[in-house]
Amino acid sequence: MSYSGGHILLSSQRESQVSRFPAWVVLLVPLAAILFQVYVPLFFEFLSFLEMPLLVVVYFALMRRSQVGGLLVGALVGLAQDSLSKNPLGMLGIVNTLVGYFAASVGLRLDVDHPLIRLLLTFFFFLFHQLFYWVMVRALLGQQLAFDVQKTLVLGLLNAVVGVSLFHFLDKLRKAT
Amino acid sequence: MESFLNRYRSITILLLVILAQLALVAVQVKNDRDVRLIRVWTVTAVTPVARIVEALRGGSSGLIRNYVLLHDAHEENRRLQAEVGRLKLDNIYLKNEIGMADRAKALSVFQSHTPSRTVAATVIGIGAGTNSKVVFVDRGSVSGVERGMAVVTPDGIVGKVITAYPTASAVLLITDPDFAAGVISQKGQVHGTLKGQGTPICKVDYVPFDEKVEPGEWLYTSGDDRIFPRGFPVGVVKGVRSAQPFKEILVDPSGMARGLEDVLILVEGVHQAIPDSPPVNQSVFIGSPPPADTVKPPDNPGNSPGGPAGTEADRLRTQYKDIGNAQGHKFGEGTPGSTPPDFNLKLPGPVGAPAAPAVPPGGASHP
Repeated sequence: MSYSGGHILLSSQRESQVSRFPAWVVLLVPLAAILFQVYVPLFFEFLSFLEMPLLVVVYFALMRRSQVGGLLVGALVGLAQDSLSKNPLGMLGIVNTLVGYFAASVGLRLDVDHPLIRLLLTFFFFLFHQLFYWVMVRALLGQQLAFDVQKTLVLGLLNAVVGVSLFHFLDKLRKAT
Repeated sequence: MESFLNRYRSITILLLVILAQLALVAVQVKNDRDVRLIRVWTVTAVTPVARIVEALRGGSSGLIRNYVLLHDAHEENRRLQAEVGRLKLDNIYLKNEIGMADRAKALSVFQSHTPSRTVAATVIGIGAGTNSKVVFVDRGSVSGVERGMAVVTPDGIVGKVITAYPTASAVLLITDPDFAAGVISQKGQVHGTLKGQGTPICKVDYVPFDEKVEPGEWLYTSGDDRIFPRGFPVGVVKGVRSAQPFKEILVDPSGMARGLEDVLILVEGVHQAIPDSPPVNQSVFIGSPPPADTVKPPDNPGNSPGGPAGTEADRLRTQYKDIGNAQGHKFGEGTPGSTPPDFNLKLPGPVGAPAAPAVPPGGASHP
């Protein structure tokens, strides 16, 4: 894979190439990410910090460069996560919808094949996800959820590093153009 | 209007999706009712895959070992390394097997002894979300599991079923901040409410400051909550702080002390008495025996007033000894052919009492 190392901002809309994926990838990868989150920490508890569904939402939104597609992927993955938690349905759905929408919006302007951009965006969207979820829980449910800034920053960095590797793997599943 | 919508198509759809989900949240929070259909779809989609993965997990370690061994034949060095690796894997595998057998045995013993009707279940997943203290077990409404049922292990309570799907159930763990259960202390019978804190340590609320609860004391379910039957172990008090109007009590829950893989769901709970002693899995202190020269065992324990009654054989031995003494017979000195004592002789007083008082009445008192 060749990265455009010289510039990270896309100078024109034409430079932004939309990535396409086979249908099974769009279906199975989010399912696998959700399964990873509910199953793997049973045996490897230290991996519970990984927000795999979020990483997958960010990836598809960035690469598809479609705001509607991004928000729909985010909504579906978020609702699935809500279904597997004790939260009311829609809490993670709303957060992931916004993540998907904003990631797709950013994907229209930045060279999202650049690993540094991916690292920074994943880090930023992880923080956004955690912060917005915290706000939602306090505002809508009235619960006093703790928000540890230092821990969130470290987890954001770890998720970003894993995210870059995951994105590199998922790049191989793209349809050849 | 149409051109406006086309121009702002993305933002319009975003707003619609957000509003729809906000309405969904509002409906659930306001009515305190779940939108069950979506959850059933997701759980039904995920749990079968989790079961398959769990089934494959057991076989995969053997496959990995065989794969490693197959490549050993080519290089001696790699073979030795693989051998060490294989032994380590074996070690881990056997340890896991022993642990699993222990847990299964403990569950089986507990299940056969507890008066409550239970269903054994295996944990197949944890709830989504970073702060989630929810696990999924592989038993659902098909197995008779219903919302609100208690979940326990032989070591103590674990949580309660918050949703029962056809093939799986979601269990809210006692460490979740939303969890609450009525508890009672073993010694003082002090009632309180156990609550999760999102950490491995729970707290007990609503214990008045003047009640006595000590660190190290065991807590049991009180049955007040109508979920957990009375008498199930909850945990050990780790710390107590006096505060107004209620004490601050921290509890180390015992139910998940040995991991959380296999659990029992109480389909039909039966209240039990609060035991006087801690649960059997606790270490029991046994003091050293007394020195032999300081304590002299009584010659005739059955005769000592207020002493231990002894067995039936002891009682008979004492009775015959008294009869022999009453007739002046010395046991062990009778020659063959000599007249034995009459063991049918009726002695005055209760059986086992001395035939004749050794001291006159009033002379038995000691200073």
